[in-house]
This record gives sequence, structure tokens and C-alpha cells, in this order.
Amino acid sequence: MTYGYYPGCSLHATAKEFNISMRAVCKAFNIELTEVEDWNCCGATPGHTTKEELGLALPYSNLINASKQGLDNIVAPCAACYNRLKSADYSVNNSPLVKERMSQIIGEEKQRDVKIFNVLEFFRDVYGLDKLKSEVKKPLSNLNAACYYGCLLVRPSKVLQFDDEEDPQSMDQIMQTLGAKTVDWSSKTECCGGSHAIPETEIVLELARRIFSSAVKAGADCIVVACPLCHSNLDMRQKQINARYGTNFDLPVFYITELIGLALNISPKDLGMNAHFVDTKIVIEKIG
Amino acid sequence: MQIKLDNSVDKFAGEIESLSGFNVYDCYQCGKCTAGCPVAQFTDESPTKLLRLIQLNQKDQVLKSKTPYLCATCNTCSGRCPMQIDVTKIMETIRIYAKKNHIKPPVQEVNTFSDVFLDSVHSGGRLFEFGMTLNYNLKNMTPFLNAQLAPAMLKVGKLSFIRQKTKNKKRLKDIFDKSDYFEPKEEVSKKEH
Ligand code: SF4
Ligand code: SF4
Repeated sequence: MTYGYYPGCSLHATAKEFNISMRAVCKAFNIELTEVEDWNCCGATPGHTTKEELGLALPYSNLINASKQGLDNIVAPCAACYNRLKSADYSVNNSPLVKERMSQIIGEEKQRDVKIFNVLEFFRDVYGLDKLKSEVKKPLSNLNAACYYGCLLVRPSKVLQFDDEEDPQSMDQIMQTLGAKTVDWSSKTECCGGSHAIPETEIVLELARRIFSSAVKAGADCIVVACPLCHSNLDMRQKQINARYGTNFDLPVFYITELIGLALNISPKDLGMNAHFVDTKIVIEKIG
Repeated sequence: MQIKLDNSVDKFAGEIESLSGFNVYDCYQCGKCTAGCPVAQFTDESPTKLLRLIQLNQKDQVLKSKTPYLCATCNTCSGRCPMQIDVTKIMETIRIYAKKNHIKPPVQEVNTFSDVFLDSVHSGGRLFEFGMTLNYNLKNMTPFLNAQLAPAMLKVGKLSFIRQKTKNKKRLKDIFDKSDYFEPKEEVSKKEH
């Protein structure tokens, strides 16, 4: 199986373990990932909140490249990239006016449909839970995971057409397939503040604090994410949150691909897990 | 707060309506958007009140509000509005409207962050996180903001000093030169106000 791959900027820097673990897991599943040629940044939040057309043309440019390469589908692990790629595709497909503008701006048109998947969709629906189950070598049976979806994977649901925007289940289903228990909790789709981390750090610290306290209350021993922004706000800033509020949260935050990798018995090091801020040892020991 | 009602100008509400593609008079002030808004406690005007101010053409008040800048564009409000108003889109529209008209943003930090982020993408096609953060701190005169994270990031290899660039320079230039502030939209069906 070959799929197009759009890593996006974060996966080469702050979210490098997402990239490493995604590639390691796909290799184990014999899935070949072909990087979108000469891909550019999706513009993320600054793009679409500065100029609407910039917020569409940047991601759309990547879809044009993917279609030229003959890719029928691409996986975009970063939730922000996934969201922007889907939004651009949706706008062009639903508005002849936007479609015309995109071809005026970029000077090229997309020749074929390119389907866009996030990682949850990719492993649950494209690869499939049955196959995933048959590959599990080391069930994550002792784990109580809080599956944290955030905003970008589920909203706006009209555009993404993926999971329920208030109570999504896809990540829970993957985690259960890996043998873990998932907790029922109230912050599944609460916002972590996303790209406000730098300009409005105080907001992010408070939003992340709420997420931790609801995960702890629900009895979780770790948080699972599929978004680089969520990961850095929860993992890199956990110490800052404890210092700010006098709390003592000690919750490792995993990318879903890292946990799939552990269940496949890939070593933490080969999954890039030495790049975490919050120590992952306790949880890894629990898995055995 | 004093509100001057001026029924002769339906201008600002009309402008926001045609730029966003949503009829702000559909809002009946139920408060659902505010109830679920993660940043409501940090803002001056709640999303609900901001909608009301737009309905009343209170352009200055709206453009002075921090709310559209503190908005995390999480889309919670849009998904829950019983009138299917895309409140997130309205927030974005106000920000872009201010930018287009060179109105001083009430939250300079958020504006600067967007600028340095896009400058980085403009010059290389891909975001260079390290360079962007340095630039942000320079422009914002906060040299050590977020600096406490840097040594730890460096240790685990999350600070990359290598700058990646895209090859298609013309494409990048076209995208930045030709993109307009607002995308063209179909006219919003006029409703009885
Ligand atoms: S949820 Fe919709 S109708 Fe209710 S106050 Fe907000 S914008 Fe108005
Ligand atoms: S999109 Fe903005 S206004 Fe709407 S709920 Fe989220 S933060 Fe609040």
C-alpha cells in the first residue's frame, strides 16, 4: 500500500516524535509513505485569520502538487494541517467563485481528487481496526488513557465529515483495539488554546490546566493526542502549569502513533519517545 | 457603556454580513456560543455581546474589542449555534477587516505572532520555528519570552536550526502577492431585519 504523506512544518521540529513514530508504525504495517513533492506550509491559524485567500491557497497548493504526482490520497498527521487541507478542498469544491480565484492565484488547477486523512481516520478506517488488532504484540492492558481530540480533528464537522464533534470515538476505538482502557471524561474536545501558546501563554496555561484536572479526575494515567499543538501545550508546558498553579500534574502525553508503536513492540527509542518533556517511564513500565 | 443607535446606517452589520457570508441578524442572543467559549473569561465582550454590537452597527466598539484576537478559532461556537451562524467566521472576519483597513489591533501580540509566522512562510515556503520565535521576541521587545523552554527543547532535539525551503519560488510569490483579504462569496439572502 502506498499513501501520500504531508508531514507539515511541525513534524520536522517540535513534533518530531510524531513523524518518527508515524513512519515506524507504517513501516511495520508495510505501508509506503510518499511525501508530497515540494510541499509548503499550510498557513495554520495565522494564515486564515490574516487573509482568507492565503489561508486557502497555501494548503491548496499542496493538493495540486499531490494530484500532479498521481496521489489519490494523503495522510496529514498534524491536525492543523489536516484541518487546513480539508478546508481548502471543501471551499474549492463548494464554491465556483473560490475555485476560480485559486486557479487565478496559483495558475494551475487540481486535476484529480485527492482524499485527505488524519491519523485516526487512517488507522481506524483505511488500515482498519481488525487488521490493527491482529498486529498487536503487546496489549496496552494496564493503561487508562484519556483520549484528547481537541478542536482541529473534529471541527467544523460540516467540512471534516469525520467524527462526532462533541463526543468523538475514533481514538477511543483505536486505543481499545490496542488493549487499553479509555476513560470517560469531559474535556475530549475542549480547546487547548492552540497557537496562542506564544502570544497569549496565560490563556494556554489555564486551558491546559482544566484539561489535566479533568483527566486526573477521570482516573487517567496518560493523555493521548493526535495534534502537535495539543502535544506541545500539554507536554512541554506541563511544568510551567504546575509552577503557575501549584499543581503537581505528572501525566505523560503520547501521540497515538507512539502507542500503536509500543503495542507493536517497537522500542520507545525507535518511536522518538526520548523527546518528551514529561517522563514516560512509568507508563512504559506499566505496559511491560 | 453608551450605545448610540443610528438606524440610518446599516453599514457595519451589512459589511460584516457580506464579508462573512452570514446574516448577523439571525442571532437571537441565546448565549450558547458564549457558554462554550474557552476564552470567554479572558475577553472583554462575550461572543454573544459582540454579535449584538455588530447588529447595532457599533463599529468602533467592535474593532476595539480584544475578543476576535483572543478567539482561538476553536469552532465550538459555530458548531453549537442554533441559528447556524458561523461565529468563528465572524471573529475572523473582524480581524481581517481591521487588518485590511489598517486599524490598530487591540491585542498587538496576537497580531505580531501572525505576522512573524507568515513572514517566515513567505520567505521560505515552510515555517522556521526557531527563527520565527526569535523574530517574535524581537518585535515584541520580550527577548526572553518562552526562553525557559529553549534549553530543554534543545536537549531533546526539538529546536531545529536547519532552515527548510521550498523549490517553487514563483508559486510562493504568487500565493502571497495575489491572495486577497476576503474570498468571494455568494450574496447572503436578505432577511427581514
Ligand atoms: S449561539 Fe448563535 S444565536 Fe446564540 S447568541 Fe451565539 S450567535 Fe447568537
Ligand atoms: S471559536 Fe473563538 S469565539 Fe468561538 S468558542 Fe472558540 S474561542 Fe470562543
